[in-house]
Amino acid sequence: MIELKDVSKSFTLHNQGSAVIPVMAGASIKVAPGECVALTGASGAGKSTLMRVIYGNYLAASGQVFVGGLDLARAEPREILTLRRETLGYVSQFLRVVPRVPTLEVVAEPLLAIGCDKQKALDKAASLLARLNIPERLWMLSPTTFSGGEQQRVNIASGFAHDYPAMLLDEPTASLDVQNRETVLTLIEEAKARGAAIVGIFHDVGARDRVCDREINVSEFTPGVAA
Amino acid sequence: MTPLLQVKRIEKRYGARIGCADVSFDLYPGEVMGIVGESGSGKSTLLNCLAGHLEPDAGQIIFDTRADGPVDTVTMSEPERRMLGRTDWAFVHQHARDGLRMSVSAGGNIGERLMAVGDCHYGDIRDKAIDWLDRVEIDEGRVDDRPTAFSGGMQQRLQIARNLVTGPRLVFMDEPTGGLDVSVQARLLDLLRGLVREMGLSAIIVTHDLAVVRLLADRLMVMKDGRVVEAGLTDQVLDDPQHAYTQLLVSSVLQV
Repeated sequence: MIELKDVSKSFTLHNQGSAVIPVMAGASIKVAPGECVALTGASGAGKSTLMRVIYGNYLAASGQVFVGGLDLARAEPREILTLRRETLGYVSQFLRVVPRVPTLEVVAEPLLAIGCDKQKALDKAASLLARLNIPERLWMLSPTTFSGGEQQRVNIASGFAHDYPAMLLDEPTASLDVQNRETVLTLIEEAKARGAAIVGIFHDVGARDRVCDREINVSEFTPGVAA
Repeated sequence: MTPLLQVKRIEKRYGARIGCADVSFDLYPGEVMGIVGESGSGKSTLLNCLAGHLEPDAGQIIFDTRADGPVDTVTMSEPERRMLGRTDWAFVHQHARDGLRMSVSAGGNIGERLMAVGDCHYGDIRDKAIDWLDRVEIDEGRVDDRPTAFSGGMQQRLQIARNLVTGPRLVFMDEPTGGLDVSVQARLLDLLRGLVREMGLSAIIVTHDLAVVRLLADRLMVMKDGRVVEAGLTDQVLDDPQHAYTQLLVSSVLQV
């Protein structure tokens, strides 16, 4: 479902003496449907970089990045947008929303984007928000004023609204209490059970051990460091 | 899928000076493209060429018309182009007063565009006008007021209603949120995004506000000195800018 072949990434800082910073080389990974893979490595080793390369907001310098048969390193913007709408979900650490949009609609948005019936989308959003313990009196408010943990849960709810065949999870259990952490782990297990291929970053070792089938240490792909 | 708009090597010169040069892109139905760049980078010149307000010196702008399929709007006759401007295209100006008739009532401003495409039943026109005032969140009771009595944000929303009432397929926007205070801007962004989704509009938005394009645009084009220096997926261009100028632009944004 997700396959990287010999991917490298470097940043060229044109305004700082054109410094070229190689951050990743020879990255090859393969994730099958129903499998959850954890990216590990010290802070700065390139876990988030690798995720962003898969999501397409970082441009791979060389190599191929296949998600559902599409090579993101070469795809047109609209092909990537379609892929993100239908196939590839991403739960980031930060909630980014249009101000003033009610939480319920923020969560239903990914379903509306694929043309799902409005009522069905709102029902699904409501059930996710309820599972993640967001009080119903907050559903019609914009999440911009919510606490960090609440925003994180709204973010997760919207990430799991549509059953994406491939998912990227950036620390999905960070800043969650025990009960909500349990819910999120169950959501991940359900996604795996329906056949989603998942790549995640988990600093929470317990969570990693529970949902992940394999670990990939991204330091192997850090240039200049012997694997 | 046929692109709604195919732009091929558009060039506009002001004497020896370049307005914009060698601009090419395809826009597909339902896509929103942002154009960013500092003042003088040619983004408004380009937008005005695309919308038929300026005649480009070279290049083709091929629009997929409802009746005849893809047609080059640069070489079509002036009446044909004006008809497109009233039906399939809409242009939202930065200053609402450039896009509104300030001496005509709010309802009249919306109705005028309907009459231009052949609507002539007063009751229907008034009903549609009121429906659109509601969609852009202007109270129905203001339908007979002139835009001069409206706040800046309301004028901008009225301009959007006037433009969208005829169900256009392509909307050109020149700094639609410029000059509005941030709370009004947020409301307008929310409104625009909803309308784009509901009506399946394609849009080209010129702005210098990177936060606006991140929320509204699927794709982004960065212009400098009349040329496109970088183009791609909005979050890719903003998160991983490749060109020196884009890097400067992105790193110059103040964090809130």
